[in-house]
Amino acid sequence: MSRTLRWWVLGAGLAGVGLAFLLAVVDLPSFGSVLHPSRDLAVPAAVQHGTANVVASVTFDQRGLDTLVEETILFGSVVAVAALLRPAEDERLQRERGSRPPLEATRLFGYLLLPLTLVVGLDLVAHGHVTPGGGFQGGIMLATGLHLLYVAGRYRSLEELRPLPLFETAEAVGTAAFVAMGFAGLAVAGSFLANFLPFGAFGQLLSAGTVPLLNVAVGIAVGSGGVVLLAQFFRQVFLVTEDADEHVDEKGAARP
Amino acid sequence: MTVLIGIALTLVLAGGVVVVFTDDPQRQAVTLSVYGLLMTVLFLLLAAPDVALSQVVVGTAIVPLMVMLTIRKMRGNR
Amino acid sequence: MSVYAYAVGGALVLIGGVGIARSRNLVHAVGCLFISQSGTYVFLLAVGYQKGGSAPVFGSTTPPSTQVADPVVQSLTLTDVVVSATVTALLLALAIQIDKTHGTVDPDELTSLEG
Repeated sequence: MSRTLRWWVLGAGLAGVGLAFLLAVVDLPSFGSVLHPSRDLAVPAAVQHGTANVVASVTFDQRGLDTLVEETILFGSVVAVAALLRPAEDERLQRERGSRPPLEATRLFGYLLLPLTLVVGLDLVAHGHVTPGGGFQGGIMLATGLHLLYVAGRYRSLEELRPLPLFETAEAVGTAAFVAMGFAGLAVAGSFLANFLPFGAFGQLLSAGTVPLLNVAVGIAVGSGGVVLLAQFFRQVFLVTEDADEHVDEKGAARP
Repeated sequence: MTVLIGIALTLVLAGGVVVVFTDDPQRQAVTLSVYGLLMTVLFLLLAAPDVALSQVVVGTAIVPLMVMLTIRKMRGNR
Repeated sequence: MSVYAYAVGGALVLIGGVGIARSRNLVHAVGCLFISQSGTYVFLLAVGYQKGGSAPVFGSTTPPSTQVADPVVQSLTLTDVVVSATVTALLLALAIQIDKTHGTVDPDELTSLEG
């Protein structure tokens, strides 16, 4: 199929989809209307369970099974990336070759922001049921904050402070803790992922039953998963093919 | 308030067009980062602080970092 | 204005599609896929918005009431943002492997289905 013919097919497809989308959208309730039936059911249920952050209640309490499946997708993707980017037999790690040290201003900036980012991430995970935040946001912020060590320093400092087997185990522990909480709910209250702990006072740190514990489990799983994921990409950059002059590609021509 | 949301929506649309038509992947990482920031502002105006928190980390830091590491690896292969 | 927010969401999805179609580099195509995904987030959050409503988080200054934005679509969107970052990582890992075995990441030259 020639390139111009491909463009015509794309144009016809885009026009069709766009027209159908516009025809559907004019029948929706207008932007900013008061018609939200799911909200009218979700908010009273969250208040009844003592959760100040209604989004956290929907994520971990009312639709907890959906979140468990999403976390499984995350876990599976991290495992798949680790499997795809594992070093081949003819590849070995090469020491970081003569890179320039970062600017003094960058180093100061990084070292000041590193503890701040880690503390903000931990705060987001711990207070996810009271303020905007939660396990997903706090976890990914922890994973990104750790890599300020690479931005402000060298890759070697990041490597030393990031024991990879520990993070791989922590990711598995976080996901397993989520499933274990689900089974505990089944044993105590009769349904998987039921909210069986006491609800406490509205807006306090110890409230909303199982939601803070699930937040911590997801925070550990997402944070460790993010670190493992980025570690695969970093390791690939420093990987070098052994027999570089004998490497041939599929067409049989030797590549330098 | 609605005027602000309209401005944010237009900026996000323009940002999307800029990202798609930036052909060099290394430059696209930078425009992706700015686009993530515009999306965060839009999400805040749409009364969604939780979503804005996750978008600011993912769209501004993680995805551009992975794209730049991929480009660096490919350049090292040549 | 009532249709503009939804139209922007749909337009972003289609613009991402155009980007993938005209792309000459698989890494560029992954960036355009990110634009498509963000279009769906804009659409979802626009459906949940309430004029004059605040965020669905209550505290000492905001007593519980039902005139807030829709929390269900926000929950869907926020888990999706984090999970799609890892799926993007998977696509980039595939691109790295394709570059190693075939020596090119131009979709027009990758016509065979060899591994």
